[in-house]
Parts: sequence; structure tokens; C-alpha cells
Amino acid sequence: MEKQFPITKWVDENGNITGEDYKEMVTEELARTFYQHMIRIRTFDKKGISLQRQGRIGTYAPYEGQEASQVGSALALETEDWLFPSYRDHGAAMTFGHSLKNILLFWNGRNEGCIPPEGKNIFPPGIPIATQLPHAVGAAFAEKRKGTKNTAIVYFGDGATSEGDFHEGLNLASVFEAPVVFFNQNNRYAISVPMEKQMKTKTIAQKALAYDIPGVRIDGNDVFAVYFETLKAMDRARAGEGPTLIEAVTWRYGAHTTADDPTKYRDQMESERKRNETDPVLRVERLLKNNGWFDEAWAERMQKQAAEEVDAAVAEMESFPPADPADIFDHVFAEPTWQLQQQKQEYFQAKKGVPVWNQQQQ
Amino acid sequence: MARQISFADAINEAIKETMRNDENVILLGEDVAGGADLDHLGDEDAWGGVMGVTKGLVQEFGRDRILDTPIAEAGYVGAAVSAAATGMRPIAELMFNDFIGSCLDEVMNQGAKLRYMFGGHAKIPLVIRTMHGAGFRAAAQHSQTLYGMFTAIPGVKVVVPSTPADAKGLLISAIEDDDMVVFFEDKTLYNVKGEVPEGHYTIPIGKADIKRAGDDLTIVAIGKQVNTALAAAEQLAQKGIEAEVVDPRSLSPLDENTILKSVQKTSRLVIVDEANPRCNAATDISALVADKGFDYLDAPIKMVTAPHSPVPFSPALEDLYLPTPEKILAVVSELIDDESVVTI
Repeated sequence: MEKQFPITKWVDENGNITGEDYKEMVTEELARTFYQHMIRIRTFDKKGISLQRQGRIGTYAPYEGQEASQVGSALALETEDWLFPSYRDHGAAMTFGHSLKNILLFWNGRNEGCIPPEGKNIFPPGIPIATQLPHAVGAAFAEKRKGTKNTAIVYFGDGATSEGDFHEGLNLASVFEAPVVFFNQNNRYAISVPMEKQMKTKTIAQKALAYDIPGVRIDGNDVFAVYFETLKAMDRARAGEGPTLIEAVTWRYGAHTTADDPTKYRDQMESERKRNETDPVLRVERLLKNNGWFDEAWAERMQKQAAEEVDAAVAEMESFPPADPADIFDHVFAEPTWQLQQQKQEYFQAKKGVPVWNQQQQ
Repeated sequence: MARQISFADAINEAIKETMRNDENVILLGEDVAGGADLDHLGDEDAWGGVMGVTKGLVQEFGRDRILDTPIAEAGYVGAAVSAAATGMRPIAELMFNDFIGSCLDEVMNQGAKLRYMFGGHAKIPLVIRTMHGAGFRAAAQHSQTLYGMFTAIPGVKVVVPSTPADAKGLLISAIEDDDMVVFFEDKTLYNVKGEVPEGHYTIPIGKADIKRAGDDLTIVAIGKQVNTALAAAEQLAQKGIEAEVVDPRSLSPLDENTILKSVQKTSRLVIVDEANPRCNAATDISALVADKGFDYLDAPIKMVTAPHSPVPFSPALEDLYLPTPEKILAVVSELIDDESVVTI
């Protein structure tokens, strides 16, 4: 199966283009765009961890190491497409246009953080594993019914492929010919459980065979392979040719979330080795240098810009007004039920702010 | 005499009315079209679901809008949640409410919470139609009454009609509602006929209905147990006891006012609910009246429910299991301290 589903790579670990066919498409402009986006989301990710450590946000799920997968795939979308992230895919969400401030608000426990900028079709992160796959199928199906050319992309990890929702989602998309791209980031660990203990198959892409849809396996740390293969899958979906499963083989350097310690379940030397050898950002940097496209001053400027943008978002997040107790009541239904209205009123009238729900007659 | 149609046909009409008015309304579920769409077997004979409730819809609206799904409840309910969030107005049919275990996450964590988690920036105009109830000889895994579970989840509206006319008006309201509604259909009511207005009409969700007026005691009954309560009330009337039968029609939101007003008038309350007796609609209504209507009461609140055990497969045991008029009468005799009502 590994032979049947070889890993597609456009730019290798040393920054060399792997085939003549790719040379025309691996341009300086794209390389710079990818580099800039990856620096940006990596800066955000590092800040996320440090904010959590300082108690300024809650538990945080880092994606460092997976930047090529997230940037390459998100940049392949059209403006009106739908993006269904999991909790580790805010790198993709912000590349697609989500607000950094809102993403920080999300990690700070604020529902305002789920709201994407006007006109951006981004769902709140799927937290229970794999539930977002059927959602993406539904949205894609709805777009198809509305007669648009919009598609949906859904992000999930290797662990999610063990869930029934993964299989139901793929099957449903296949049967309905829904314009959806299933974008798997295989970082090889479901929290602490390695891929070998999650499944007997050597690849995730081969699971597409069961649903008679294309399965593509790519180097998830090669942003060019990610970008162009996602683009192909999107084009197929847009042309009415149905769904695609993409397996982007990658690695997360850090913990599953800031609530666990990866040294307890894997050899972190391996992470360090990958950081030096297969890092997605370093790879583009090597490509830029190999082709004489690298400009030290420009790169520093990109770093500085990213840091400034992230710091500004942190400042905005921290100066955001405190959570409004009305939020408890206002967004449960389109029109709050009389019971919610009454409970809200009780809250705001309670002496010393200690409401005892349900004490009044209707 | 006005037009009489069955509970099943009333539901069918409600779906047709809304589908004609709004092309974003789609129906999806297992066997809802119910025909293989094969060359030698057109759609004319498509059976429309295991109980035939959706018969005729695929012929009128086509397979674009009446979608037979794979047996994948999490898959298609999940897809319906986001189809709703992205502009459709889907009706997802969960064949039996007992199957909710296969897709509860999509209902409880997704459909019910997306509006809230989106800070009000999303709407989920989704109806989950599902079949419930004992008395159909369908055994423990196809006979439960689980509306209490959904009533416990904020963000879900729960509707349980007892008559064909209510079923049609409430289902149209549910489909046109911008929130998720779980719509319970008692499978033993499908063939029951009643007067049903033609055309489009709505009954507001959250409004109880007094199915029989009376001054001596209140019987709050849910779903098909409204009929059991009405039968008991007729027998009580022969003894000169006038029971008021209140049908909440929706459990979330619950029309507390109508229930409390009735108890204020009658001072006695019996609740009839065929669900298991722990943490169900009956205990919820009982708690409501104990909390807000204690001073109205002249006697303890009584409940007539199933025992706290699974629905039996044996027909004899299943009959024993369900509330009956006789059980209601036995409870009433205690309430009014008159044993003679038991032996009417």
C-alpha cells in the first residue's frame, strides 16, 4: 500500500525541487508567500504557548511543525469556500483570513472568538474528534444544491480516522458526490498513542479506496506539494467530480495540548532531529537560498512584522471587554424562551450578584 | 363533518406544505424516499419510510430533495446540522429515537450549541423527526420514549404532538423555526385519525393545549398518553368528577403558565408520561408545581409512568408496562380519597 500511495514531494528537505515538471510552478513569489505565512503562524503558535504558561489564556493546542500543511492547504481555497478546522488548525484558519484576535479570544474561553470576519466561512473548531467531517459534507452538499462552485475543506488528525464519523463522512461524501476535501494531517500521534497502535494500515490515504474516492499522500512538510495537491483536489470538487482524501504526513514538535508532556510518550530527540532535518519553514528557507531568492533583510522584516501583528492581537485580546453575563442567555435560541428571559432578568436583579434561578413565577 | 386524516398523513402534509413554500427544505434519512430508483422499478411505488409517513414525497420533490442516506446516523445528522448552518432547512429523520446513541454528539454538542458557541452568528434551522413509544411490539431497543433526554439539553426544542392537527401545525412551526427542534412521533398514533385543517397553518411551539376542561383535578399528559388521560377523564365524569386534561405539546420550552393555572383551579395534579420515571418530563413538571404551585395543592402530586425498566417484548408484559386509564383512576382515587372511582 505504501507503494500504491507514495508520498508526493515537490521540494525536498534540502530545499531542492524534486522534478523538472515542478520547476516552472515553484516560483520565487510563491516561496516568499508561503514563507511569510509560515513565519506568521509559527510566531502566533509560540506566543500561544507562552501566553498559556503565563496564565493569560487557557489550555492551548500547538501546531508547530505542521505549518506547511496548514498554510499550503488554506492558500489553495477560494474566498467563498468553507473551512472546518479542528482545535489544532487555527494556523489554517488564520491563513484563510480568520482574525488573530478572535483566535486568541477563543483560547481565552470567549465565544466571540468563534466568529470569523464578515464573509469568511469558517466553522468553530471541532473539539469532539472527527465530528467536523460530516459537517463539511453537509456544507459542501448545501453548496452543491445551491448551485455554487464553492467547496469545503475539513481538517483532522490521524486519530480522527479511527472514529465512525470519519468513515460515515467519507462514505456520505462519496455517495452524495459532495464537493469536499478531507485534509488529514498525519502527525503520527493521537495524543500519546502512535500510529502503529491506532491502525494496522501503513497509510491513511488508502482508506479512500473503501469509498471509491481519490486518496493522495503528500509530504505535509512540503508546502508546495500541499498547496498544489490541495488545489487539484479543490478543482476536482469544483468540477463536480466529488471528494478527495489527502494525507499530509507531518509531525508536531510539541505536546498535544499544553496540558500534557510529550516526553512521557515519545522520544523528543526525534522531534529535535525533525526540527533540524525536515522542518517546513527551514525547507522553504533553503529553497529560497538555493535559488538566490533569499534576502536576509526581508526575512527579518517578515519576522518583525509577524511579531508585531501577534503582539497587537494579544493586546486587543487582553483589552477586550470582560465576558458579558447576558451571553449565558442570549444565544441559546433565536428568540430566548420566557424561561431564559426570566433567568436573565433574575441574574441582573440579584442582590450581591448571587442569582438563584427559577424563583419567580412566570 | 370536517376532513379527517391520519397522524401520519398530517405529518406528510406538513412536510409537503413547507417543501412547496421553501426550496431549501430537504428531507434526509434512512429509507425516506424508500425505493431503489432502479430502471425496472420507478419511484411510483417508493414506500416512503418504514412506516410510510413520507410516501409520495419523492414523487413530488425528486431525489434531489428527498434523500435516502446510508445507515450512518452520525454522518447524515451531522451533515444536516451544517447544511442547516449553511443555508438549507433540513428535516433529518432518525428512524427510531432509540438510535440517538449513534448520533448524540451531533445533536447535543453540535446542533444544540453552534448558535451559542458562534455568539449568535449561526442559525441551525434543523428538525429531527423521530419515532418513539411503546405498544408496537417492537421490543426494548425500538420502543423507548426519550424526550426527557433532549429536554435536558439547552438549545434543543422538544415537541411531542398528540393529535393529527397538532402534529401538522407543530411540524410546520418546527420546520420554519430557526432553531433545532426534535420532533417526537408516537408510532402507535400514525394510524389515528382526526380533524386536520387543509393548507398551511402553524401552532406555536411552547404553547400547551387544554384538551378537556374540568374543575376537580388536572391531568397533564404527554403524547399518546393524552388519549389515555381523556379516557380516564370520561370515566371520572360518570362519577361527577371533572378532570382537566392539559397537553403540553412541547416540553422545551414548557408552557408552565397553563399548567400552573390549571392546578390553581383544580388543586390536584396527576401527570401521565409513558417514559421511565427517573428524570423525565413527569418529574420535571412535578418539580415545577411543587416549587411554584405548592400553595395551590390540596393533595400530593401523583405520577403515572412506566416502571424504571426497559420496554418488554412480550405483548402481555408490554400492556402491563404502559399507563392505562385504570392506573390513572387508581391514582385519582387516592387523591380524592374515594375508592369507588377505581371500580367504575
